[in-house]
Amino acid sequence: MELVVSAIITGLGLGSMYGLLALGFHITYVVSNTVNFSQGSSMMLGAVLGYTFSVTLGWPFPLAVLAALFLCGVFGLFVERFLVRPFADRGSNGWLMATVAGGIVLDNVVLFTFGKEPRSFPSPLANEAITVFGVGAYPLQLIIPVVGIIAAAILSFALTRTKWGKGMSAVVQQPEAAKLMGINTRMVIAGAFALSTILAGIAGLLIAPLFNVSSGMGLVFGIKAFATAILGGITSAWGVVIAGMLYGLVEALTTAFFGSSYTQIIAFSMIILTLFLLPNGLLGQAALKKV
Amino acid sequence: MSVTRTIGSVSRRAVLAAVAATALGAGALYSNHVRAEDTIKIGLIASLSGPSAKSGEAITRGLTIAIDEINEAGGLLGKKVELIRRDDENNPGKGLIAARELVQRENVAVLFGGLQTPVSLAIVPFMNQIQKPFMGPWAAGTPITKNGADPNYIFRVSAVDEIVDIAMVDRAVAVHGSKKPGMILINNPWGESNEKGLKAALEAKSMEYAGIEKIEAADIDVVPQLTRLKDAGADTLFMVANVGPSAQVMKSLERMKWDVPVVSHWGPAGGRFSELGGPRAKDVEMIQTFTFSGNPDPKAAQMFEKLQASFPEIKSEADVTPAVGIANAYDGMHLAALAIKNAGSTDGPAIREGFYAIEKHEGLIKTYEKPFTPDQHDALGPQDLLFTQFIDGKIIPIKE
Repeated sequence: MELVVSAIITGLGLGSMYGLLALGFHITYVVSNTVNFSQGSSMMLGAVLGYTFSVTLGWPFPLAVLAALFLCGVFGLFVERFLVRPFADRGSNGWLMATVAGGIVLDNVVLFTFGKEPRSFPSPLANEAITVFGVGAYPLQLIIPVVGIIAAAILSFALTRTKWGKGMSAVVQQPEAAKLMGINTRMVIAGAFALSTILAGIAGLLIAPLFNVSSGMGLVFGIKAFATAILGGITSAWGVVIAGMLYGLVEALTTAFFGSSYTQIIAFSMIILTLFLLPNGLLGQAALKKV
Repeated sequence: MSVTRTIGSVSRRAVLAAVAATALGAGALYSNHVRAEDTIKIGLIASLSGPSAKSGEAITRGLTIAIDEINEAGGLLGKKVELIRRDDENNPGKGLIAARELVQRENVAVLFGGLQTPVSLAIVPFMNQIQKPFMGPWAAGTPITKNGADPNYIFRVSAVDEIVDIAMVDRAVAVHGSKKPGMILINNPWGESNEKGLKAALEAKSMEYAGIEKIEAADIDVVPQLTRLKDAGADTLFMVANVGPSAQVMKSLERMKWDVPVVSHWGPAGGRFSELGGPRAKDVEMIQTFTFSGNPDPKAAQMFEKLQASFPEIKSEADVTPAVGIANAYDGMHLAALAIKNAGSTDGPAIREGFYAIEKHEGLIKTYEKPFTPDQHDALGPQDLLFTQFIDGKIIPIKE
């Protein structure tokens, strides 16, 4: 029982991180059919800036968080303006490589400025373990899934039920018509990229106290988050968050029951099998192709 | 006309500039050539960037002090010794490319390796093929020196996994009364090397083990793996992983409130393990070959003073953590210098014989007596290992 409960707590916490990052892939995809492959680096940026402001410079924590997320958003605007738009405007897929390269550049800039050694991010929510169903867990581990679910709910509601969200959807479905209706499509797309990197920054700030802060911390998360975005169906906010949690649970439960040697084999096989059965992911919708 | 003159004038200037540049370039080339002939080059391929950069820094410091001492004493074979470094970026492929460059283009006499066993394992076959000596000052993988090549050009002044593993098992039994230990190992060739070594050491004592669990560098939560070991009845943990994953193991143990002894290879010996590993970090009992803290040998104090003089950023013993990289590289460089002296040249096979001809050397870690033979390419043995704890940023020998 202890084994199962601890694996569920671990899996939900990890999975929610993947889900938050995957929401970033979702939001840019639904408005521009492009994604930011430097999401992992954006997550790292949130953690590094949060650490720098709150620990190194001693700013009050709420101010440090706001400043870190603001700068993450600025990075998202930069990505859209210089790494995506010049390619997307010309119908090129160059943004795929440009965003990967942007992430690598950011990782290395942080390596030289922040330093080579990982740092510990202190948090009162990850100091003392509390007992949940007989197993120890940090309060932060329980908060992370809640943040993931709230983020998915807000995004899903905003995109489908509000005028602003419908406008965003219109940008990708009928870009010319959207322009004629007075929607500033460039601003909507840029805003989506800023929002995606802010979500990644939130993930970075949440995970840093449980892990550590370093320039390379986002790489594996970014890859797994993209896998869960595809698994969930990248067009569905709920899909990517649910897929993130499922993926985290499969990882943790596989480790618990079969041993860590089998974790990646089983987890990624599950993704392949699911996509074989559901090509559009768990809750994704097939795009209409006009011929 | 004026255009033609201008062009002609520019052309003449360009020609003059080109001639001057060529002359300067030739001079520089000649100068480089002369300089190359005037020095004996020692190569280093280690992690100079990324999360293991501290290890490259430590090896560089140890080599620099040794080379300065050698040059102050007149150099080698009448020439100054020069260190040339390349970054392996923790990548075996990049390490091998750098090895080719340093050996074939720079013509280094001896090549030093770094912390990462996978990188050293990638370089070893090339060095044996091209017949140039390689000195390992840190990576502990058993197959680095026991690589099956004949002749074998790979030497090492460092811990060796199979010996470390025996020491870890001995400690678990003698100090903690362990009967059924569990293993938590990094999922890479270094972890595999130690899995074999620990299994062999346990088998030699007719002991069973509770289980073997793997960790990845990006694992945030190791509770599922540790819970499996706990449920299987592990009474001691053998840990083999670098700083980051080791810290995650200790944080997860704290979360589980599982008060189990942790006997470790030297992976956690990075600068910030105390900070990263949380309150349980100090409980890790880890192998080292050398420490500055708690070391009564006056040579250790002298070495520390030299380090502070050469590297002003070193303020305390916490700034030279882990010290093994410095000490192993320092002794390895002096032994390599003796081998070159014995060889009387920088010819690879001659230097290899020169290593075997070393009779005695008063080193920083110990006094080496006949450290290398054709059957023994590791200068350090079980008697040279000590168990330590990481307390307040310092690595301190455990007093039993």
